[in-house]
Amino acid sequence: MREIAVVGFVQSPSLRREPNRNEVEILVPVIAELKKSVGITNDQIGFVCSGSSDYLAGQSFAFVAGLDAVGAWPPVSESHVEMDGAWALYEAWVKMQMGYADVALVYGFGKPSMGDLPLTMALQLDPYSMMPLWPDAISLAALQARLLLENGHLTEREMAERAVRDRRNAKSNPFAQLKGDFEVEKLLSEPMLASPLRKHDCAPISDGASGIILAAGEKAKELCKRPAWITGIAHILEPMELGVRDLTRSRSSEIAAHRAGVWRDKVDAAELSAPFTHQQILVERALGLSAKTRVNPSGGALAGNPLMAVGLSRIGEAAQQSWRGGADRAVAHATSGPCLQQNLVCVLEGN
Amino acid sequence: MSEQAAQAPGPVEVMLAPVELEYTFSAGQSASRFLRAIAQGKLLGQRCPVDGRVYFPTRGSCPQHGVVIDGEPVELKDVGTLVTYSIVRVPSQNIPLQLPYITAQILLDGANTILMHLLNCKLEDVHMGMRVKAVWKPRDQWTTSVANILYFEPTGEPDAPYDSYKEHI
Repeated sequence: MREIAVVGFVQSPSLRREPNRNEVEILVPVIAELKKSVGITNDQIGFVCSGSSDYLAGQSFAFVAGLDAVGAWPPVSESHVEMDGAWALYEAWVKMQMGYADVALVYGFGKPSMGDLPLTMALQLDPYSMMPLWPDAISLAALQARLLLENGHLTEREMAERAVRDRRNAKSNPFAQLKGDFEVEKLLSEPMLASPLRKHDCAPISDGASGIILAAGEKAKELCKRPAWITGIAHILEPMELGVRDLTRSRSSEIAAHRAGVWRDKVDAAELSAPFTHQQILVERALGLSAKTRVNPSGGALAGNPLMAVGLSRIGEAAQQSWRGGADRAVAHATSGPCLQQNLVCVLEGN
Repeated sequence: MSEQAAQAPGPVEVMLAPVELEYTFSAGQSASRFLRAIAQGKLLGQRCPVDGRVYFPTRGSCPQHGVVIDGEPVELKDVGTLVTYSIVRVPSQNIPLQLPYITAQILLDGANTILMHLLNCKLEDVHMGMRVKAVWKPRDQWTTSVANILYFEPTGEPDAPYDSYKEHI
């Protein structure tokens, strides 16, 4: 296996609504700053891969405009996934393992504020038996939370504690959307949004973008003082039908974590992108994190949730933990699909 | 569903699942600037800070160099050169010309990118290099739309030299 590291990361602030800029205009300064911060130009980048969704933009082939931010003349070697940018990073990592490129640019961007996000998410469901019912994303997550509560897998208090923790952590993150000091008791006295979920149980809707530079071997050492080496990365998919899955655990996160080798050593920091408090708990359990792990030092997805970039940003935030020396070993998680259907786990090591 | 349909042995071949989602679209800063200007009858382009090429309409970045374009826009005149064209013989909605009509790629003077629009011209006269000028809708009908220009038509000036537009062919 080639040694591949995250050597650069830039993100835009997560905003509930970008008032004037379109998707591409959110992305352009991110990519420009990313290339500048790492000190590379297009001729050094061997592969470009992006993650976004035309359903969020409400336009077909909207992702093509994202290339404006990259500069695609002379033509670049480029690919796109209709998924979170974390999966674009996975594709780039595979290409680099194949020896196809030494440096890759990966980005994710989305402006979900343009549409009705919970309803738009219904379009990712089985088109024959589920989608015609238009179950929105929050209601589906609420069904999962109900299952967990009724069977004694967790409590509403534990869920609220995740919101308090992540919003508190986000106070030191200038890019986070929801931050501050909250009390569990107060949150639990709030009205239900979709029972048993309250507003604090749900990640916010955020517009935003982020980008990462990957580099291999000596090139990584040249570009970064303390590269965040990807020592394990895996993604696993569960079936589409919710009825055939065990929704009280995240099996795909468990398998991905095992294959990525999370268990091999201590985990200093973990960045998770589960968009609901009960899902945060499921992912923490699936990764087997101990009390010694700092979970979501950036605030995670509950503090800022730029769809299609949020998972990639978790990898970027984990890498920053490593660059700054705060973590020798960090784990990042990304998710896709309803109720944690597909999960990606990435292990980053500083030494 | 009739009893007969419910018991039919054949496969279900049709299933209706209408999808309707509403979006509040934002054109973005660059396109908004262009559209507000064209509502006033002005055509705005923007200059790439790397090589000085002028993009028309304005856009937030240079797709060639991947750099932010944040300088002042460049105002262009509504005259240019026909780079290439096609004669269309199939009907289409919202086209203010009779069939057959001409779709045109036009290089506005001072611009480095081409504009796709319509050309009102005798079919036997149309040719590459022809000098053309915009014909606008009456001023009271102007909106934030490139359709404020109805079409282009020949100016009657001598043709532009081939070298002036060959890179766009």
